[in-house]
Amino acid sequence: MEPSETYNNAIFELNDVGFTYDGPIVALEHLNLVVKPGERLAILGSNGSGKSTLLKILDGLYFPTSGSLQAFDQIMSEEALRDDRFNFEFRRRVGFVFQDSDAQLFMPTVWEEVAFAPLQLGVEQDEVQRRVDQALQALQIEKLRDRGPHQLSGGEKKRVALASVLSLAPEVWLLDEPSAGLDPRSVSWLIDFIETQRQGGKTAVIATHDLALVEASADRVCVLDEAHHLIAEGTPGEILTDRALLLNANLMR
Amino acid sequence: MNIAAPHRRARSGFVERTLVDINHALEQSIFAERLARQQGLLQGIDARVKVIALLLLLLAVNLSHSLWVIAGLYAAALLLALLSRVPFWAYLKRTWAFTLIFTGIVALPALFITPGPVWVHLPLDIIITQTGGRTALFLLFRTGASVATAVLFVLTTPWNSLLKALGVLHVPDVIILVLGMTYRYIHLLLHTANDMFLSRRSRILKRMTDAEERRLAAATAGTLLAKSLQISSDVYLAMESQGFRGYPRTLETFRMRWSDWCFGMVVVLMSTAAIWLGR
Repeated sequence: MEPSETYNNAIFELNDVGFTYDGPIVALEHLNLVVKPGERLAILGSNGSGKSTLLKILDGLYFPTSGSLQAFDQIMSEEALRDDRFNFEFRRRVGFVFQDSDAQLFMPTVWEEVAFAPLQLGVEQDEVQRRVDQALQALQIEKLRDRGPHQLSGGEKKRVALASVLSLAPEVWLLDEPSAGLDPRSVSWLIDFIETQRQGGKTAVIATHDLALVEASADRVCVLDEAHHLIAEGTPGEILTDRALLLNANLMR
Repeated sequence: MNIAAPHRRARSGFVERTLVDINHALEQSIFAERLARQQGLLQGIDARVKVIALLLLLLAVNLSHSLWVIAGLYAAALLLALLSRVPFWAYLKRTWAFTLIFTGIVALPALFITPGPVWVHLPLDIIITQTGGRTALFLLFRTGASVATAVLFVLTTPWNSLLKALGVLHVPDVIILVLGMTYRYIHLLLHTANDMFLSRRSRILKRMTDAEERRLAAATAGTLLAKSLQISSDVYLAMESQGFRGYPRTLETFRMRWSDWCFGMVVVLMSTAAIWLGR
């Protein structure tokens, strides 16, 4: 992989990607998509449209059952990720915030949770301590450092989940329904957080059905319909004013 | 934590009883965590020092052949409990309830079957020997003092720190990680179960029959199992996403403070003295 400072090509490139769960249950069909460096791309779709599956494919957790995916100019496959060097570089550069914070927060304390990713990637211990302290400070959750995840509210869990990715300092953020279950103040804080990442030159792919979040946080929007197809692509202004499109995608009534 | 406290109602059935049990389990856990994090002597000592201290004290209790020495070690545990602000009567109850029930059953036959000089002659020609009485007393005291010490150290140490401290006993990191995750997800499943039963209770209009209760229990267990499988799959994906490659790397943050050194030295001296005096 190229060093991040010189990277100008597409971060992700999906060519005719399809994904089918055992069943068989189709989650995605004939998806063509390019994610460019530094952009904030919203994947807009109703429940079950395949947004979460798409993010898992982008994170190399699932692999397309048809078509192909390139990440940082390299073909993404199970075999490619088995290579330690490629896996290390990819995991270092891409961070994933899961929809269900309970699945993401698996360590006994907040501090250990935030330290988990840098430790797995072999970051020096002093540097891990520094990164964790910085992430806790940035997310304003220093006072939670010794708490267990079961002692946190929904909003606090989301902040810890974000901190656990922030400590990795990724170039690309994959955010799955980041505003789900958050109160208005936390959503407003989340929008500011995404903006801060953009100003730092980070790329963000946000899967959501929250139209307000899309309006506030995205540069570009892709819409998935209930048949798991990409049916539209455009700026938030173009997409959010197209009432017929939103009705068709079951995003408004 | 937002756990709705269920109220016992006249038509207390399976749902009600389960809710009470789940809430009791969660309350116990919250109580233990709160106790372990409050200000107190033992709470201020590093968990790893406490694990070694606990082993030394258990060794001293079980190697001693003197009841006085064992009683002395028990008294030391009580003093530590007071200095660590552990609720005293609850602590005594927790210690002796287990000891009397489980060790009592084992110790009882020793009173009658151990040969030796007669101590008490009971009706029906039942004899308690001095040796039997002494053996039973030793068993009870040793177990009581051991349980009291172990319970005290567990009560004054957050569960997560206790697990991490197992590292000093060379328990592999992967085992400690799995134990920590188990503890974390038991909580999550208890909350899920609580929500499921509350939701059921809100929709139950009449007392359920035994058959209905059995069906509800089976359905709930099935749903929880399915949820736990789903969560375990998601957790693995989350770990993989954060660079986990089959073996966890952890951070070593153990730093001895003067209070840890002092406590450790006192325990070493106390245990050595107890073993020597009780030889």
